[in-house]
Amino acid sequence: MAKKSTKDTALVSKKEWMIILGLVVLPFVFNFSTYVQGLLVIMMIWVMLGTSWNLLAGYTGLVSFGHAAYFGIGAYTGGLLFFHFHISPWWGLLLGGPAAVILGYLLGIMVFRLRGPYFALGTLASAEILRIVFGEEEWLTNGHNGILYITTWTTKYPYYFIGLVLALGSIFTVKAVMRAKAGYYFLSIREDEDAAQALGIDTMKYKNISTVLSTFWAGTAGAFYMIYMGFIDPEVVFALHNISIITILVGIIGGVGTIWGPALGAAVMVFVQEFFRSAFFGLAPSWVSRLHALAFGLLVIFVILYLAGGIVGDWDIIRKALRFKRKTEIAE
Amino acid sequence: MELFLQTLVAGTLIGGLYAIIGIGMTLIMGVMGIINLAHGQILMVAMYITWVLWQYLGIDPYIGIIVAVPVVFYLGEGITKYLLHPLMEKDSIIPENQVLMTVGIGMVLVELVRSIFSSDYRSVQTSYTESIWRIGHISLSVPMVIAFVVALLLTLGLFLLLIRTDLGRSIRATAQDKDAAILMGVSAEKITILTFGIGSALTAAAGSLFLPIYYLYPDLGPIFTVKAFVITILGGLGSTVGAIAGGLVLGIAETFGATYISMGYRDAVGLVIFLLVLIFFPGGLKRLTKI
Repeated sequence: MAKKSTKDTALVSKKEWMIILGLVVLPFVFNFSTYVQGLLVIMMIWVMLGTSWNLLAGYTGLVSFGHAAYFGIGAYTGGLLFFHFHISPWWGLLLGGPAAVILGYLLGIMVFRLRGPYFALGTLASAEILRIVFGEEEWLTNGHNGILYITTWTTKYPYYFIGLVLALGSIFTVKAVMRAKAGYYFLSIREDEDAAQALGIDTMKYKNISTVLSTFWAGTAGAFYMIYMGFIDPEVVFALHNISIITILVGIIGGVGTIWGPALGAAVMVFVQEFFRSAFFGLAPSWVSRLHALAFGLLVIFVILYLAGGIVGDWDIIRKALRFKRKTEIAE
Repeated sequence: MELFLQTLVAGTLIGGLYAIIGIGMTLIMGVMGIINLAHGQILMVAMYITWVLWQYLGIDPYIGIIVAVPVVFYLGEGITKYLLHPLMEKDSIIPENQVLMTVGIGMVLVELVRSIFSSDYRSVQTSYTESIWRIGHISLSVPMVIAFVVALLLTLGLFLLLIRTDLGRSIRATAQDKDAAILMGVSAEKITILTFGIGSALTAAAGSLFLPIYYLYPDLGPIFTVKAFVITILGGLGSTVGAIAGGLVLGIAETFGATYISMGYRDAVGLVIFLLVLIFFPGGLKRLTKI
């Protein structure tokens, strides 16, 4: 796979402007039901989470199994300010990211001593501890009762556009940093941390830079989730499976170590789950709707087995496979 | 003092079960070099098999083990053969591809069970579920004691297998040095598949033994996966003796945490120990025993 030099091209390429334009006019062209609008907003949150995980895992080689920790802290920053001081949770959108960065830095002191599977398990354990603590310390977090807030708007479009801006922000943060010198350092850490260190790269510093950027967007995604949903509780925002693991799977399906991979992965995840949940849009018997999570799991296994680079990373393979099929059809 | 002793006994009993879950995990870790994040989900599947046997055929959970263990053994072998082994030669950007595959497998197992049995809580009510033996002021739950003894026998059996038989020697050789083992004529692929099967079978036995004590629901899996890797790290990766010690330590620590801190923090205790061991005592208890 030949990589084109991105140095001289603009940060936002023509193709990407088209995608952005498409996403902006999308709600004006189609008359989506409130339900579909909601799905689009949720998709934006997954784009942010997947992209943020990808910077850390796909580009820097730090496979985090605990992204729920940063997502949860971001969500609870706004939530706790509202719960204790009755400040609008919108402030969380500003402060959630930085709060997650602080947590990321503190956890980094601990987990950056660990490598490979140890790092993965260390991050997983940290997130799980936070989930349990936030559930138990009722004086601070209202425990499992969660925090409830009446959302600002009842229509979903404002959330869609805010989510879109944030999601694009996360994508282009990754793109910008991967074009800069830091990006090349990230890759060198991913490929061989000891060699990178031997060449004089301050690996600790660059791991921290990668963590700061990644956790910022994960925290912002959490804060946005709080504002949009109007309700959070520890089992939801610190969930091991529903946040940490799904974030990883979104990244893998789309393509680890690609700019747009996680965004596409998020879209695929939401679409596949919805396709099944609606029982193929009402065409299949209703028991199909129970298989939505199973279908996504099977898709993950398929992608890992046959498309190790994800949909974006292995696009050439997919294209070839499709082309081959078309040819045989003609031959027949 | 009584409370202390009671807690210690309860912790030790549950620790015995944790130990065989941990041994299953550590065997797989030793031979394949990966952390199996579907371990608890496999345990959950075994519990459902035992539960179905009890619910629809009226077979006692302790007899159900005889069915559940072989079924899960072949399930484990199939998973390795068709899903994990093909990844060995493949190149991918993140080296943890097999670990991520186990995550996918775990998710599929949970969702498969959920789509068949729904998310409802199930439990098995047998004549001995509630029965208790008393020694002085300390009470022992009968199913717990049975589970502990069976776990102990299984551990002994596994040790005999590992130490006395050719198969055991091949497994240990592959874990120590895969390339050297291949040169000595050991089929690494066969051993890998078999080891995953044995590891799954052990955790399946633990699952069936847990059934009379625990509630059963699909999301139980991830909880036990977390416990399994905590035990494995605690004992030292790949160390079977370490896993036994790790299981007992986790069982006792959790029970003390539940008694003296709060019930809600039960699961956090293991995780905190886990992080402390990772940071201050990497290598786990293996460093002390050298086995």
